[in-house]
Amino acid sequence: MKRAIFSFFALVLFFSGRVQLRAQTQPWQQIPVSRLPAFYPRQPKRIELPNGMVVFLQEDHELPTIDGTARIRGGERSVPANKIGLTDIYGEVWRTGGTRTQTGDQLDDYLEQRAAKVETGGGVDSTTVSWSCLKEDFDDVFRVFADLLKNPEFRADKIEIAKKGLYDGISRRNDEPGQIAGREAAKLVYGANSPYARVPEYRTVAAITRQDLVEWHGKYVHPNNIILGVVGDFDSAKMEARLREAFASWPKGAAANDPEIKPEPAKPGYYQVDKTDVNQSNLQMVALGITRKNPDYFATSVFNEAFGGGFSSRLFGDIRTTKGLAYAVGGGVAAGWDHPGMLRLIVLTKSRTTIESIQALDEEIADLAKHPINDEEIKRAKDAILNSFVFRFDSPAKVLQEKMAYEFYGYPLDFLEKFQEGVERVTKEDVARVAEKYIHREQMAVLVVGNVGEFDKPLSSLGTVNKLDITIPAPPPGLVPEQGEHP
Amino acid sequence: MKSRITSIQTIVVGFVLCSIALGQDLASFEKRTTVKKLANGLTIIICERPEAPVFSFFTHVDAGSVQDPMGKTGLAHMFEHMAFKGTDTIGTRDYAGEKVALVKVEDAYAAYIAERDQPVGRDEQKLKQLEQAWKDAIAAADKFSAPYSNEFGKIVEGEGGEDMNASTSWDETQYFYSFPINRLELWAYLESERFQHPVMRQFYKERNVVIEERRMSVDSNPFGRLLEQFAEEAFAAHPYHRPTIGWISDLNSFSAADAQKFFDKYYVPSNMVVAVVGDLKASEAMPIVEKYFSRIPARAKPDTATTTEPPQNSERSVVLHEQTQPVYLEGYHRPDYRSPDDQVYNAIADLMSNGRTSRLYRALVRDKQIASDSAGFTGYPGNKYPHLFAFYALPIPGHKPQEIADAIHAEIERLKKEDISDEELKMIKTRAKANLIRSLGSNEGLASELGLHQARYDDWRELFRSVDRIEKVTKADIRRVANQTFVPDNRTVGIIEFAPPPPGPPVGQPSMVTPPQGGGQ
Repeated sequence: MKRAIFSFFALVLFFSGRVQLRAQTQPWQQIPVSRLPAFYPRQPKRIELPNGMVVFLQEDHELPTIDGTARIRGGERSVPANKIGLTDIYGEVWRTGGTRTQTGDQLDDYLEQRAAKVETGGGVDSTTVSWSCLKEDFDDVFRVFADLLKNPEFRADKIEIAKKGLYDGISRRNDEPGQIAGREAAKLVYGANSPYARVPEYRTVAAITRQDLVEWHGKYVHPNNIILGVVGDFDSAKMEARLREAFASWPKGAAANDPEIKPEPAKPGYYQVDKTDVNQSNLQMVALGITRKNPDYFATSVFNEAFGGGFSSRLFGDIRTTKGLAYAVGGGVAAGWDHPGMLRLIVLTKSRTTIESIQALDEEIADLAKHPINDEEIKRAKDAILNSFVFRFDSPAKVLQEKMAYEFYGYPLDFLEKFQEGVERVTKEDVARVAEKYIHREQMAVLVVGNVGEFDKPLSSLGTVNKLDITIPAPPPGLVPEQGEHP
Repeated sequence: MKSRITSIQTIVVGFVLCSIALGQDLASFEKRTTVKKLANGLTIIICERPEAPVFSFFTHVDAGSVQDPMGKTGLAHMFEHMAFKGTDTIGTRDYAGEKVALVKVEDAYAAYIAERDQPVGRDEQKLKQLEQAWKDAIAAADKFSAPYSNEFGKIVEGEGGEDMNASTSWDETQYFYSFPINRLELWAYLESERFQHPVMRQFYKERNVVIEERRMSVDSNPFGRLLEQFAEEAFAAHPYHRPTIGWISDLNSFSAADAQKFFDKYYVPSNMVVAVVGDLKASEAMPIVEKYFSRIPARAKPDTATTTEPPQNSERSVVLHEQTQPVYLEGYHRPDYRSPDDQVYNAIADLMSNGRTSRLYRALVRDKQIASDSAGFTGYPGNKYPHLFAFYALPIPGHKPQEIADAIHAEIERLKKEDISDEELKMIKTRAKANLIRSLGSNEGLASELGLHQARYDDWRELFRSVDRIEKVTKADIRRVANQTFVPDNRTVGIIEFAPPPPGPPVGQPSMVTPPQGGGQ
């Protein structure tokens, strides 16, 4: 186990004096930085088959491997409320349940002998089948991929194993404070029953049948709902021919429809989960964020970098470096692809500085109006985004992933270039405007998961406290032992 | 060390397929990898990978928490944090003044600690005054750096640095990020500067940050609590029994002077390997890198002798009663990474754990259906010294840790009594080859692996030869090593058992988790 200087979400700093530039230049500033050589990353070839399947082919001849992913429209957000967890079960059993002619166990042996993988998965808006293999095994592995895509069997014994795994996950979901906080914060932002927040329960998993999986597959897995991306050591013309041969005769089916989902945020205020076996509070201030289609996306990206994103951010500088209140601190206005992300500010701090840390965040927010993100901070944030821009496309696989996401969510395929231009144009006024527009302390829900008895002051000293009940609803009789009976 | 490692001949005896593919890889890397040992003892590796106009580096320091002095656990990791605090030119507005102020902080801290830790007759009034004097000294010192705090990180981020971070383990410390290629010289300056003139500024605030890190990853995390107790139980003599993050009383005691001493002793050029991978040419880049890193003065290589863990000879266990679902873990002592059997252990780990064909998945998850996940792994807590080969499983509701133990032991017995199949052995070897190939496709991954292998074996080529060595593993090796290693007296068991939360409202009651001791928060 390694210790890092940074936690994964603590990305970004400030000082109250708000920096004046140094009189003389520093040694590091005297080191010449030449212009970055022009770099035109390899672009994948986009093909649309007559049946509507969209294919991206990205050659990369560095290593003798070929990998591919098919992303299929339709995901957990389309699952009815009494079957939550359906795409978790589907995403596992699609692969473990095998195909009409081969069991999942047979596929395991066949693939592992080639150090190859074919895997399936379920997500909120889509499901996936992917493979990875050495070039020499492509034909063998692609055959499994295509067979699984068209002829899955969903064998019952594997459904039972998948369900047991999910029951285990449900039984363990209150063990770690971070997991509790993440789950409850989403409920506060989107609504407890929102497909973006709800989680599987024993009864919803128990209700899932093999027929549900078969029907799901029949409903969504049609070529016109699929985007397939392939990257690796192949010749595009030959690969195109191979894919046409495999998929051209596959008839179109009904197009997937995404459900209308309206966020139903909880009332702003204080929400508390008492956890007596911790000595640190996980506190989060949350509200609805934006989508990348929002014209404010570029300005909020700069704002996030300056306010809560890395070593250089205000939150990192004030709450971590200057006050020593937290290791993990950060946040910003997250942008989703096709539905709003979460606006989230996080601090993990010891129980007895819980209220102090909430107040420290309050001050940071209030200070935004008094001392808007200044020229120096804007410059650094934009430099950080623009100078590191090359890392968004420094491998053919990354370029492919970007393009596939744009295709899936209906963004222009040159959205990355648009993002760069958008960030370049962002001004101090833009950043001040989006901070004022989106960062409203009185509209945020404040969630604290912590050891309530150890807090510096009761949370109620700040306002009315809503105590959240996170008790796991009991399983239907006979399904699994009660929580307390768990050995 | 080198005599135990198979040479280039192994490639010839290996499977034809493997020798061709990997032979090409090694030949290709021979052409684009350059190693230079500088006069001060520091080793530079440059690997040309002209895929995009960027580069990544890893600075590998051959010192980790195993080197923490007695009573100062957590110090290696603490220094790692301090390496982001700048230098005598980065992060200060007047270093001459700051230097004097920082000395005053240390003097005030030493006086405060001396009084705080008085075994008898502590003067509480005086303690308060000393604490205040220390805090005042900190405030005075902070004035010199305040407007420039975190400047090192800000420079890197503003110049386009990506994934800047560092990590400390029991065995070593690594620093890394990636830059656009036009910042190579700037990087060489910044990275050599911070290991030439680090300044222990804002040390005591950063110590509080590290304490929060401990609360997050250990105190408030059931699996973190289990792992800490487990390592402590399994190792009686070797420093692997101590947590890298540090015990809370040590974190509340060690000083900036201690961190500086740690740096002076272990951050010597001959203890460091810097690996750079990306769109660069060694002929042009090496002189630049050499120019800056040669500035670090040569110092004597530190004594790194540690206590050798004696044979265990008795089964041990730790049982945590937690408001948490159960976890089962067990570990067996094995020799260090230089052991001729190192790849036999890797083969066993792969056989037992890798994918749905693995023996533990098939036995515990698929067939007996008593666990949601189960695997075996090697290299805990580290692998530079003799360490543990461990097995774990997460029992599904209704199944007890003892059932898990029995099922794991049944699989271990099979390993001891029956040869593994030809197909299994072939699968292990094919996977080792494929995994190596897949690891070669990123600057970060390569910089990390080349640096590590250079540091560990004094030859980066061992990265490729490890696959040749796994190629030589036989069925008999696996049975022999399993019989030697997986015996009850060599076993330490770690279990989390579910216990309901204590009854009654916890408000105002002392909690299960002991609050940090010592002052200076």
